[in-house]
Amino acid sequence: MEAVIANVVEVTRHLPMLLRSSLINIQLLLALLVVGFLVGTVVALLQVYGGRFVGVVAFVYEWVFRSIPALVLLFLFYYGPAQFGLYISSFLAATLALGFRSSAYQSQVFRGAIQSVPPGQMLAARSLGMGRGRAVISIVLPQAFRLAIPGWSNEFASVVKDTTLAYAVGLNEIMRSARIIVDRRYDLAMLALLVVALIFLVFTYAGNGLLGVVERRVRVPGLTTAEPGGTRREHG
Amino acid sequence: MDPLLRVEDIHKRYGTEEVLRGVSFQLDRGQTKVVIGPSGTGKSTLLRCINRLTAPDRGQVWLEDVEVTAPRAKINEIRSQIGFVFQDFNLFTHLTALDNVRLGLVKVKRMGKREATTRAMEELTRVGLKDKAGAYPAHLSGGQQQRVSIARALAMDPKLILFDEPTSALDPELIGEVLNVMAQLAEDGMTMIVVTHEMGFARSVADEIVFMEHGVIVEQGPPEKLFRSPEVARTGEFLRKISELYGAEE
Ligand SMILES: Nc1ncnc2c1ncn2[C@@H]1O[C@H](COP(=O)(O)OP(=O)(O)OP(=O)(O)O)[C@@H](O)[C@H]1O
Ligand SMILES: [Mg+2]
Repeated sequence: MEAVIANVVEVTRHLPMLLRSSLINIQLLLALLVVGFLVGTVVALLQVYGGRFVGVVAFVYEWVFRSIPALVLLFLFYYGPAQFGLYISSFLAATLALGFRSSAYQSQVFRGAIQSVPPGQMLAARSLGMGRGRAVISIVLPQAFRLAIPGWSNEFASVVKDTTLAYAVGLNEIMRSARIIVDRRYDLAMLALLVVALIFLVFTYAGNGLLGVVERRVRVPGLTTAEPGGTRREHG
Repeated sequence: MDPLLRVEDIHKRYGTEEVLRGVSFQLDRGQTKVVIGPSGTGKSTLLRCINRLTAPDRGQVWLEDVEVTAPRAKINEIRSQIGFVFQDFNLFTHLTALDNVRLGLVKVKRMGKREATTRAMEELTRVGLKDKAGAYPAHLSGGQQQRVSIARALAMDPKLILFDEPTSALDPELIGEVLNVMAQLAEDGMTMIVVTHEMGFARSVADEIVFMEHGVIVEQGPPEKLFRSPEVARTGEFLRKISELYGAEE
């Protein structure tokens, strides 16, 4: 019993280090979401509106980044350029590898959402004299993004966890800190990893809360989808 | 006076099916033409060819002295001058009634927000929906949605409005409110082409009725003439059938 208490005290001593390095995970998360969102949106738009050739290229992109294991991608982006004398930071390598990977998943979500905007919306916009790009920006995307929120929330939950993979290319993120503790005191392994797990529970909880707020803020009657695994109730 | 719209020998084919097989007509300013005809005859296709939502294979459309069908025509600018009212309204789902009416003014006509709001409210008032300005389409009845969509078209100050079966998706008790708005527009001098089965409306509002079948105009003329003494037997037959179905009380 005393030993357990001593271990808890010891891990607690390392808590500031764990929390500090978890900020790197958050930074990486934000970078991944930005890359994934922007590239994913563009890929989805190309798939839907890009015509045959561009569409095929976009589908191949999606297929490639969804098929290659995340670790392989990480190593490819980290060690690949180094072979040609181009040394990039592990943060950048992780941002690109995992960001492109996420963009492939996000493009799937956005493509489905764009396609579920009824064609009449585009027709009505064009009949007012809007160009296609204008109509996509003003009419299709605002609806598609709302429809995409449930699917996007799932991808968000995956990406949060994926940030720990960057450990493999030596990023000083939370898993690396945990590893440092474990390397010094093997008997602290379980406690230290439980603390990491707890931190991620908090991240996911906070993230979902934030997404819930966003969803309520942008909610519009008549523009909701069924949530995966449950039915969304419409208010108003 | 020159006609406002000239449609000349429009052809359109989908696959092997020739949907429009040479359609020509003219429309003067302030006139209302009602287009009738059996399902699948190409009425919607014809309307869409006029503002090139569908590209015709052959033939020309002229809006005043501008050739709509010219390859280098400024099609977006032309479309902004031709209102289009759809059977299923197609209001922008994520926007309030006011924003639906205002959007074209702001994004296409580059009007300032204040002026656009004033203008949009005018048109909502005109269709009797001033108090629904803040409502989203999902919270409006079909008849109200269609009136908002008419206001959306009107706000652009169009030279011409095309209506594609504007009341076909409505519950019977909501048809009247939409037809009344349209009748008022005709009275105010708006130029309109209306595809509809509402024979009462056609008789009382149309300057001319166009009867189409199998991608061609079978006969066109003033309502009284078509109803009382059509030149083609098929016209009379169709008018009788449709009047039985939809009623044509005078
Ligand atoms: N985008 C399209 N692709 C292929 N075929 C089409 C397309 N649009 C219309 N058609 C075909 O063209 C024909 C004419 O259609 P259109 O909608 O113009 O007829 P309509 O007179 O408006 O009929 P309705 O009274 O049912 O609305 C139909 O046979 C239809 O199946
Ligand atoms: Mg039709």
